[in-house]
Amino acid sequence: MNKIIELVNNFALMSLLAVGGGTAVLPEMKHDTVDLHHWVSETQFADIYSLGQLAPGPNMTCVSLIGYEVSGVAGLLAVLLAFFFPACLLCYFVSKIWDAAEGSPWRGAVQRGMAPIVIGLMLAGCYALGKTASYNPARDWEFNLLTLAIGAAVAVVLSVTRINPALTILAGGAAGYLLLS
Amino acid sequence: MSDRGGRVSLGKIFAVFATIGAVSFGGGIVAYLRRSLVEKEGWLDEDGFMAALEISQILPGLNSTNMSVIVGRKLRGAAGALVAVLGMVLPGAVAVTALGFAYVALRHDPKVAVILTGVAAAAVGLLLQVTLKIGWKQLVRPVDLAFVVVVFVLVGILHVSLVVTLITVAPFAIWMNRLRGVGERA
Repeated sequence: MNKIIELVNNFALMSLLAVGGGTAVLPEMKHDTVDLHHWVSETQFADIYSLGQLAPGPNMTCVSLIGYEVSGVAGLLAVLLAFFFPACLLCYFVSKIWDAAEGSPWRGAVQRGMAPIVIGLMLAGCYALGKTASYNPARDWEFNLLTLAIGAAVAVVLSVTRINPALTILAGGAAGYLLLS
Repeated sequence: MSDRGGRVSLGKIFAVFATIGAVSFGGGIVAYLRRSLVEKEGWLDEDGFMAALEISQILPGLNSTNMSVIVGRKLRGAAGALVAVLGMVLPGAVAVTALGFAYVALRHDPKVAVILTGVAAAAVGLLLQVTLKIGWKQLVRPVDLAFVVVVFVLVGILHVSLVVTLITVAPFAIWMNRLRGVGERA
């Protein structure tokens, strides 16, 4: 039960800190769940994030799997509620107020001021994931070269084509199967 | 928009959002939302959609669930917001749970492990590309770039808590942009 409460506290806070979307909290979430609470390993965290890319809908629903690793189905449901409910509740009330603030110079300032912060957080998220998923010190250099190349290939393909991103994720899995074993 | 509330049934709201939640593979849910809410259902006009998206992006939480809350609220108040969010989240949650169960059962299989390694490596590339695509405007403007770097170093390298980072950096960034906004308008 204590673990469930810890999970809820942690993910409810993440929910309210996720400015600019879920990926902004990735570095903090990884630090908390892996280094601080030891709920999942670094590899598990990267795997769980990847599974989220294979599912439809909001890709952050995958955080529920961290709850599952800690406390089974109860943990899964607790994390799902804790991660989605607080932000939705906040949005419900603030969006009403926001409609009334139409035309205020602060609206634009908040938007422009938060934009670089969100980008900084997203880059930190890339770095946090990449430290395991793209460059793993426990592996040899050939292995790391391949994982880095898979990531680079996906970034390039998505930049120059309009292919569905989920397909590039599946292609990454296929490349892993063919090249990394 | 809210004066039209009551005409759309809760079941219909749930069905529309659940469809988006079930078919939007590979992120980019905003594009699916636009197609469905503006073009197909006509629940929002183009301006209304952009206004809702603007709030969704600024507030914490996922853009997709925030959009669901805002549009659901405009259509049917609190109940509308609730069914819209449930519709958006449930299909993906069920899918990810199924994947998670398979993962727990199979992760020690070496073949599965290398597939997941490839998937994770690809996911990093996807995240990087999305970040650069959204952020190129910030990355080429020196003042914004400075904030990007500061936040990256604080959170990504020094592991300063997100609360502390936001409380210290955000007011500063917003204040600077308030001056800029006024200056540009004058």
